[in-house]
Amino acid sequence: MTSQYLGVAVLFAFAVLTAVPLGRYIARVFQGQRTWTDFLAPLENLLYRLSGIDPAKQMSWKQHLLALLSINLVWFVYAFALLFTQGALPLNPDGNPSQSADLAWNTAVSFLVNCNIQHYSGETGATYLTQLVVLMFLQFVTAATGIAALAVVFEALRQRTTEQLGNFWFFFVRSITRLLLPLCLLVATILVFSGTPNTLQGKAQCISVEGDTVNVSRGPVAAFVAIKELGTNGGGFMGANGAHPLENPTYFTNLVETWAHLIIPFAVVFALGFYLQRRRLGWMIFGTMTVGFLMLLGPTLYYETHGSPALSSLGVDQSLGALEGKEIRFGAVASAFWGISSTIISVGSVNSMHDSWMPVSGAMAQLGMMINAFYGGCGVGVLNFLVYLIIAVFIAGLMVGRTPEFLGKKVEAAEVKIAILIALLHPFLILAGTALATYGYNHDPAGLSGWLANPGAHGFSEMLYEYTSAAANNGSGFEGLGDNTPWWNVSIGVVLLLARYLPIIGPVAIAGLLARKKLVPESAGTLRTDTGTFAVMILAVIWIIAALAFFPALTLGPLAEHFAL
Amino acid sequence: MKLFRQSLILTLLLIVLCSVLYPLAILGIARLAPGAGEGQTLSRHGRVVGYARLGQRFQRPEYFHSRPSAVDYNAAGSAGSNKAPSNPEYQALVRARLDTFLRQNPGVQAAEVPAELLTASGSGLDPDLSPRGVLVQVARIARLRGVEAEKLRALVQQQTESPLLGLLGPARVNVLRLNLALDELAPLRR
Repeated sequence: MTSQYLGVAVLFAFAVLTAVPLGRYIARVFQGQRTWTDFLAPLENLLYRLSGIDPAKQMSWKQHLLALLSINLVWFVYAFALLFTQGALPLNPDGNPSQSADLAWNTAVSFLVNCNIQHYSGETGATYLTQLVVLMFLQFVTAATGIAALAVVFEALRQRTTEQLGNFWFFFVRSITRLLLPLCLLVATILVFSGTPNTLQGKAQCISVEGDTVNVSRGPVAAFVAIKELGTNGGGFMGANGAHPLENPTYFTNLVETWAHLIIPFAVVFALGFYLQRRRLGWMIFGTMTVGFLMLLGPTLYYETHGSPALSSLGVDQSLGALEGKEIRFGAVASAFWGISSTIISVGSVNSMHDSWMPVSGAMAQLGMMINAFYGGCGVGVLNFLVYLIIAVFIAGLMVGRTPEFLGKKVEAAEVKIAILIALLHPFLILAGTALATYGYNHDPAGLSGWLANPGAHGFSEMLYEYTSAAANNGSGFEGLGDNTPWWNVSIGVVLLLARYLPIIGPVAIAGLLARKKLVPESAGTLRTDTGTFAVMILAVIWIIAALAFFPALTLGPLAEHFAL
Repeated sequence: MKLFRQSLILTLLLIVLCSVLYPLAILGIARLAPGAGEGQTLSRHGRVVGYARLGQRFQRPEYFHSRPSAVDYNAAGSAGSNKAPSNPEYQALVRARLDTFLRQNPGVQAAEVPAELLTASGSGLDPDLSPRGVLVQVARIARLRGVEAEKLRALVQQQTESPLLGLLGPARVNVLRLNLALDELAPLRR
């Protein structure tokens, strides 16, 4: 076990060490300062010129959102059309069929919102064409959308009074050319040299040692997996996602892929510090997020490494931990680490099956998504954190009897209202969705028996997890849920859309409103937001809002299962 | 409308960049990698018998068995069992697997059986076992193949992949490679 713990400790330290310089680089890229990637400028200028875009034109926060929503709408129509007709389109060597209307809706929305919940299985439900030009394309551009929205907020929080918040296309295009593409080339290259296939050939066939005929699904896996992790997308090329030995062949690739989903969410927190020239604030936010992460990781590590209570009566050797749904090459520790980091970060890729995790670990994964602000997805994680931060500023201000201020701007009624609405939207979507599904299931348990793979409290958890994952735009699942049905496809799609765009619009609006306010010089009376005390305050706010809203539901699901084991 | 025109053209250009040029670059790089990006195969007597990274089904008692698989080692449809620890059906299944194992391996006590031999992997294609998961099967193989257990233990030792850099992660044994080496060491009696 020691070597397993050492593996994740080294990984975490390496991720932090690389995130700081990358954060500095990201801040420079978005401020248009000189970087070593300036040789890409001609390529970017070509993109702007052909699209008729002036990257120097300043936009207000409303114009930013309009641009963001327009291009997202274009992507949705495009994605739906191709998924719905993929069976008849080229580059389909395995002859996979088109997706049904409700499945295509679900898949298009799910990749559009950077969630990547998959109600199909990669080997049979998509073609090489749609994997590449729809799903992988969306994995790039939706990650860039989140990062660009965050750049708008950075620009708005700089201490001055302005409506001019930079250019959306400039932030968006640079997120792809200067950040995602170079990192993807690096990660994909490491993967192909470590045994991940990357080919346009269809299935291979061979006869096994014992004489079975084996068909082996392949494809452009390495290219896909790189952006899947780096863009915090999480949708796998193969059904088993990061547990599949071709997506993630070795312990080394597992480290690389875990690093890949940590790095951008880590780096943008530091980027905030560099951008606003408040590095202490960056470290405060990173520290708070890390404390939250460790609080969820601790119990998960404990339960996953101590074996399954269900098997202890058999008296078998569980020294390697609970292994149902896990791969030997990763072991229990790296599986737990990946699972918790991937749920708090809204990657949602898995390298072990969360449905078979111990109940408390499953609760930790769900809690991570319910809070959804520890590191978080590409760009949007910091946006979610900002919502909690505004609420914390407001409450702390009331407690000490000062006017709430953040970065030299007064936080007033409009901003707090938006923040509270966004914070409450999340539990509303999750709990209302789960309640409706549970109600439906209880009215026809025989007819809907295909929904749940497990009876009792765990069956409830499967439904709760699905809505939680959708509302957090995470994409992982308790995959025992039989989710390719019209109810799940349609309802999850609706939750996904609301849970993506409102939490982007809200924080951008807050930042835009703050930006136009008068600057209040900092004084001895200013509530400082870059201190340990304030970090505790934020954690308390997160705990009160998120944890208490969800505690009853978690009691009915994972906790009930835990105490019954 | 201007926004939509800009969005549409930029979308098309980015499809070319992210979905055509980028994967083509990786396809090119993959040609230089082992297996040329098509998956590394293992062969015997010039015939491909499997993929190095993919587990396959070993059921005959004369071979080291792989882990249980929720999809019966279907490499065109990976999945885990997704069974919850609290599921009574699942608990019965694990108990049955243990009974089968103890029957096939007389003399082995339940406490010596690592849980991995009774639980399905996440992908259904796990190529590995832990060293203990292999060693517990040595007595059976030695008896059926008429070879000294000591020799087999040496073989397992030789086939064990140690943690990364000797420090990070678990040790493991690739079952397909192990069984191929086993056939070399002690060919099946006809």
